[in-house]
Amino acid sequence: MSILANKDTKVLIQGITGREGLFHTEQMIEYGTDVVGGVTPGKGGEWVLGKPVFDTVKAAREATGANASVIYVPAAFAVDAMYEAIDAEIELIVCITEGIPVLDMMKVRARLDHSSSRLVGPNCPGLLTPDHAKLGIMPGHIATPGNVGVVSRSGTLTYEVVYALTQRGIGQTTCVGIGGDPVNGTSFIDVLQMFEDDPETERVVMIGEIGGTDEEKAASYIAAHMTKPVVAFIAGQTAPPGKRMGHAGAIVEGGSGTAADKIAALNAAGVKVAEHPEQIPDLL
Amino acid sequence: MNLHEYQSKIRFSEFDIPIPKGKVARSPQEAYEIAKELGGPVVVKAQVLTGGRGKAGGVKLAQTPEEAQQRADEILGMDIKGHKVLRVLIDQASEIKTEIYLGVTNDRAARQPLIMASAEGGMDIEEVNRVSPDKIVREHIDPFLGLRDYQIRNLAYGIELPRELWKQMMQIARGLYRCYVESDATLAEINPLIIDGSGNLLAVDGKMSIDDSALYRHPGLAELRDTSAEPAAETQARAAGLSYVKLDGEIGCMVNGAGLAMATMDMTKLFGGSPANFLDIGGGAKADKVAAALRIILADPNVKAVLFNIFGGITRCDEVAMGILTALDEVRVDLPMVVRLVGTNEEEGRRLIDEAKIPHMVSAATLADAAQKAVAAARSA
Repeated sequence: MSILANKDTKVLIQGITGREGLFHTEQMIEYGTDVVGGVTPGKGGEWVLGKPVFDTVKAAREATGANASVIYVPAAFAVDAMYEAIDAEIELIVCITEGIPVLDMMKVRARLDHSSSRLVGPNCPGLLTPDHAKLGIMPGHIATPGNVGVVSRSGTLTYEVVYALTQRGIGQTTCVGIGGDPVNGTSFIDVLQMFEDDPETERVVMIGEIGGTDEEKAASYIAAHMTKPVVAFIAGQTAPPGKRMGHAGAIVEGGSGTAADKIAALNAAGVKVAEHPEQIPDLL
Repeated sequence: MNLHEYQSKIRFSEFDIPIPKGKVARSPQEAYEIAKELGGPVVVKAQVLTGGRGKAGGVKLAQTPEEAQQRADEILGMDIKGHKVLRVLIDQASEIKTEIYLGVTNDRAARQPLIMASAEGGMDIEEVNRVSPDKIVREHIDPFLGLRDYQIRNLAYGIELPRELWKQMMQIARGLYRCYVESDATLAEINPLIIDGSGNLLAVDGKMSIDDSALYRHPGLAELRDTSAEPAAETQARAAGLSYVKLDGEIGCMVNGAGLAMATMDMTKLFGGSPANFLDIGGGAKADKVAAALRIILADPNVKAVLFNIFGGITRCDEVAMGILTALDEVRVDLPMVVRLVGTNEEEGRRLIDEAKIPHMVSAATLADAAQKAVAAARSA
């Protein structure tokens, strides 16, 4: 078992003929992901990497039976790509694209609430179920199957933690990057709930960072609903207030969103918080 | 990106929000001319991208053009929290009967825009929220429906605005929301919105922040960026496509990925040092980017050691190693350097670094090892 995706997930690639899309599609196929086709408006009928290309998501879904889509299109077109996937009733949409305006994301969120789709991202590395499938850009070789669920707001920091786990012989059920933007499709709580319900996941690692209050909300959720142990790490303890630390969402504003607040909330919920990423395997 | 008061108010006026007559001056002489043209008493206001300018003496009333010139002379060049005053706004002075707060912002937690009003105008809204949150009336806005008139009535009723001003409030709140949406703002705030001597609403001070991710579709707003108050290194980094924030420590950090960059900064602190910067070089880490990043780090005189922490995911460590070595051909580094390369092709990457035998450069295996070595190097430097 795992969450969100496995080897039976049929994946479409929106933006399959672009530079990023093509490169990562190849990596995904190499990892064993069941990529069933791609979408690039104007290139329908072509084939790339042995997969059919369609003009629209609807046409692609009808022809391939895809139930997931990974979006690699540039920021200016990614919002339309998300609406199109939602409209085609794709169950799982993973948006890798970075730099989507917040006002657009608030609308996408509102649309998602009235749909049957789940969105992971944007501005995220995607997700990976070891030996089954990867939807996104996480390097496959750093992960190994096991019973730890990983959820994170970051990219390379996630890799760092997954790699540290793998090196210590601790495998993962699924690794999910929910993205570093202020408004995203899937929250910590959504993923924590999935891990709690997944029989194979026994322990959970949660990697947060400064900005917003999602980690605090997750702490309340963990205290009230989780039976499985959770270990956390929060990045950005040395970040000054009012400065955006790379991610659009990683900013301490009006005194809220500090690492200290998040760590205190998690500790109060009985979550062990690591002092640094390499300490996480020890705390598990 | 933050806008100055005068930039925000000009933008507001394009959305039917009444603002005082006024103009920006860059010299005392200009201040005199503007005050003379406006006639009557004026307010001379420092234009800096930081709060607390009133307390610092950056806002002064002047009765005559001569006095405006005098005040402008005092305020121009003033240092307010590290921001040098280069411009003053000369506004027609208004009689203030009441001060109101009106602002639209992104509520991250609710994932919706939020409009807020308070009868406690003129104060920092975060302070009002801390001391008496019940004095703020809030309405969440459905992004598809937009701000509805009944919501504006809820605000007006909530702050006990005299009913004869509701029509004006309607126009101002509608304008402010449109201004927020059409500017891709993350904040559009009028503070204070006053009831003036003639009993009308007037936006005497304003503030806007624009979503950096949306600037590509607002070239006119993007041009308003004032980089005079930010460290030169941050301006250079933006031009080079790097994400850099200057801090006051002694360990220069170069990392791929924002989360990992923050974690690396935290690690230097954990082991008794302190980071000189946040720097995310992004994916790929080609030689030209590494070189640009190195130049920016080395330009900071506080830096005593440089820490490279690269996690090769899709990026290959040997490519990054070559990027670092090529960059070192271009940029001379006399400071101690600690390099940690991990992930895809890490052995090859480390071998390249070791074989190059760069003076003062050591490699590290783990993040903890790298941070400890960098802290030790900075101490002995």
